[in-house]
Amino acid sequence: MSQEVITAPAADAGPRWRLERVSKPSLAAQILVPAFSIVAALVAGGVIMLLAGENPVEVYRAMAKGAFGSSYNLSETIVKMIPLLLAGLGVAVAFRMRLWNIGAEGQFYFGAIFATFVALYMLPDAPSIVLIPAMVVAGMLGGGLWGGIPGVLRGLWGVNETITTLMLNYVAILFSEWLVHGPWKNPVGFGFPGTKTFPEAAWLPTWGTTRVHLGLVFGLVAAAILFVVLRRTRWGYEISVAGESERVARYAGMATSRNIIIVLVLSGALAGLAGMSEVSGVGHQLQRSLSPGYGYTAIIVAWLGRLNPLGIIVVSFLLAGLLVGGDQLQISLGLPAAIAPMLQGTILFFLLGADILTRYRLVRVQPEVRA
Amino acid sequence: MSDVFTIGFLTAVLAAGVASGAAILYAALGEVLAERAGVLNLGVEGMMLMGALGGFAVCVWTESAWIGVLGACVVGGLMALIHAVLTISLRANQVVSGLALTLFGTGLSAYLGASLVGRPAPDSFTKLAIPVLSDIPRVGTILFKQDALVYLAYIVVPALWWWVYRTRPGLNLRSVGENPATADAMGLDVNRIRYRYVILGGAFAGLGGAVISLATNPGWTENMTAGRGWIAVALVIFGTWNPARAAAGALLFGAIEAAQFRMQAINVPISSFFLNMTPYIFTIVVLIIATRQTRRMRIGQPAALGVPYVREER
Repeated sequence: MSQEVITAPAADAGPRWRLERVSKPSLAAQILVPAFSIVAALVAGGVIMLLAGENPVEVYRAMAKGAFGSSYNLSETIVKMIPLLLAGLGVAVAFRMRLWNIGAEGQFYFGAIFATFVALYMLPDAPSIVLIPAMVVAGMLGGGLWGGIPGVLRGLWGVNETITTLMLNYVAILFSEWLVHGPWKNPVGFGFPGTKTFPEAAWLPTWGTTRVHLGLVFGLVAAAILFVVLRRTRWGYEISVAGESERVARYAGMATSRNIIIVLVLSGALAGLAGMSEVSGVGHQLQRSLSPGYGYTAIIVAWLGRLNPLGIIVVSFLLAGLLVGGDQLQISLGLPAAIAPMLQGTILFFLLGADILTRYRLVRVQPEVRA
Repeated sequence: MSDVFTIGFLTAVLAAGVASGAAILYAALGEVLAERAGVLNLGVEGMMLMGALGGFAVCVWTESAWIGVLGACVVGGLMALIHAVLTISLRANQVVSGLALTLFGTGLSAYLGASLVGRPAPDSFTKLAIPVLSDIPRVGTILFKQDALVYLAYIVVPALWWWVYRTRPGLNLRSVGENPATADAMGLDVNRIRYRYVILGGAFAGLGGAVISLATNPGWTENMTAGRGWIAVALVIFGTWNPARAAAGALLFGAIEAAQFRMQAINVPISSFFLNMTPYIFTIVVLIIATRQTRRMRIGQPAALGVPYVREER
């Protein structure tokens, strides 16, 4: 290992470039850099498709048409935007405190399970005005509980929340599969794994003839509330400080353990609300493979939206388009829908890589003349 | 029910556990190396999936399982290279970059592997009984009637332990993860060492994937690692960043997985959905115990884990 011994600074002669930290990135950089990274990621994704023998231009055209091409397709994109928006907001709250909740998928399922319980077994005869609020509360409780378990473990004992939240995803999905194959199975479901259809009073109202449902309003309201809470309240400030440095927060007398638990419960509750909206607004039953990975896509939504609730609204719409477009590829070109998650990963890579351009700037430094 | 916990059952479970634990083991060893160098890589699941696919595809193409393993290592290493560039050179957030790697690997492997689903493997690793040793009662069945990739692990685990704790490069590796500024002052090229071990870690994760697609379940199906990459990440904490302890943990998990399959096979009156939950719940329980233990014993994670090293900002 002799080559590791003292490597002299190579660029002692002539001017050299150095990266210097920028304290506050400019607004232009904050918008242009992500936009540029998405374009670059689509180009890179296109190269992968070329190597796999596809025509990327054709693929992208089919995706764009599938996602935004007609008012019907556009409404389907909004239907898929709803769970991404709500779960994305949940992930963002946790990420702001540097709590890596990657369990939105499981929290989504638990929200759906709790809401289903209310609709089918607790208040099946209640009118809409009672039933839907009860389902909202139940969904948030279910998700909050599923986020709260890792929250308590992390807050009290310092157990790594990344792994616990992820492991609980598998547990939640298996639990919901057990319900729809076993005790909650529809007796007249022709063997298709799912519960009975909810009473109509448990259906979220939809917009005109589309499938766009009230969940969109839940998402937009939640985004607005979070925007204010995170920017304007003392508590919002506390969790950003704790995100920067847990130690600083602790020295400043902030209740970090308690905040950790609250944030993970809130984060789970938002994902749970997404699950409730999905069963109540779209499927009207709990069924197998309820989510095509919304909870994981929500992570990208949150990061791409810079953990800012308003940014998340925009990004959830775009990524929903990517999902719907990906599904359409299966129908129009017979390609696997897995192109969508592949592109999501690529976009995230480029965004992460380009981030250095907003946080640092290149400066030219003259070599110091050493005596 | 009465024949569940007999010696014969336990022996069979442990033997199957060693075989299926090997996949998690290699992935965990790779993550130990990366984290020892100070780089957290949560992309293990994605690297394993790409390794499983790469290994199987190369095997289909060359009709050699060994060349397949090599392919899996290369693919895993290339995946890790993405993470290295993003987190070491471009100073991106390690958690998010690792998550992106998992999402990317899951999607890309499903996309590229669609045409290989259901293809039979032209070659795979089969059980080879080691003469004499395999005749030892119980122990022989558990340890010495395995496939070549398991035997390879018997060499790799002590070798890595020795490398990390008893050699100069191993000391350099640990110092880069504990105190990069001092390592730098001592003349070590921190980022180069980090690149090296992150890529090596990816190659190990790819190898872990190949254990699944070429030995335990020869073939390719979408998402065939089923969370084992994440279990490997948890095992690194359980193993306190020590290759030997990580190996013990991998054996435990392999045994749990094997016990769960056996119990399903003999129709234990517990729903298979609940049996399938056990490895995940067990991971959480183990993590809780390990966290409390590491806190009490004050053997924490490498001090610089997750922090990019920038000389000007030290």
